[in-house]
Amino acid sequence: MSGHYTNLIIGLGIVSCAFCTYLANRAKLIDEEGLPLFFFPRLLNYLFWLFKEIIISNFNTAKVIISGNVEPEIFTVKASQHTDVARVTYANSITLTPGTVTTKIKNNILEVHALNSDFGDDVRSNEMDKKVKLLEGER
Amino acid sequence: MDLFTDLLTGLFFFLGSLSIIIGACGLIKLPDVFSRIHAAGMIDTGGTAFFVLGMIMQSGWSLITVKLLLIGIFIFFTSPVTSHVTANLAREKGMVPEGKKIGKLL
Repeated sequence: MSGHYTNLIIGLGIVSCAFCTYLANRAKLIDEEGLPLFFFPRLLNYLFWLFKEIIISNFNTAKVIISGNVEPEIFTVKASQHTDVARVTYANSITLTPGTVTTKIKNNILEVHALNSDFGDDVRSNEMDKKVKLLEGER
Repeated sequence: MDLFTDLLTGLFFFLGSLSIIIGACGLIKLPDVFSRIHAAGMIDTGGTAFFVLGMIMQSGWSLITVKLLLIGIFIFFTSPVTSHVTANLAREKGMVPEGKKIGKLL
């Protein structure tokens, strides 16, 4: 990454990567959650959609803050994904879009705080839930 | 072409600073912790995304672009975690947010 490609530096890089992998393996840190490979084919599509959502809700949050039209609400939604990774992705996506934050998770119930009933309706419409379920694919 | 990229950079920087300023106003203005997290989230996503985009426009295609993209990706993955931890801790300590409560809470 530094723009230097001498044998010594690349060799040291390979050695330290191998050493880290050895240590992680010894500590039994490697499981199927480390690198969720089954996500990758559909990941790009989802990321583009997520960026679009983030920009739209950023704009809406700015509008709400300026106009002072704040009616916070808190509610629970059900996550329909089967794996833990997909649920975390869903909760993270909710938190990443401004205006909604996941406050608690218990099994497959998420507790969500929204700045306004419009943001709440967005989450309750379960559109993102379906997208993440698609991302997870057939299990 | 140089002028075009400069203009685009200016636009992205303008949008980024705008979201950071509005987010900062929100941090002061909004009523409780949970609502303020939304304003902080706006700074995290809108501000950094637009600034990184603007800087990528300036750097052109080089190694710096890759580094900037990596910074963007790391912030993209870590910022929701910090927001969630703040909100979760406030909930665990028994704080109940203002406003409507719909259904049974956890």
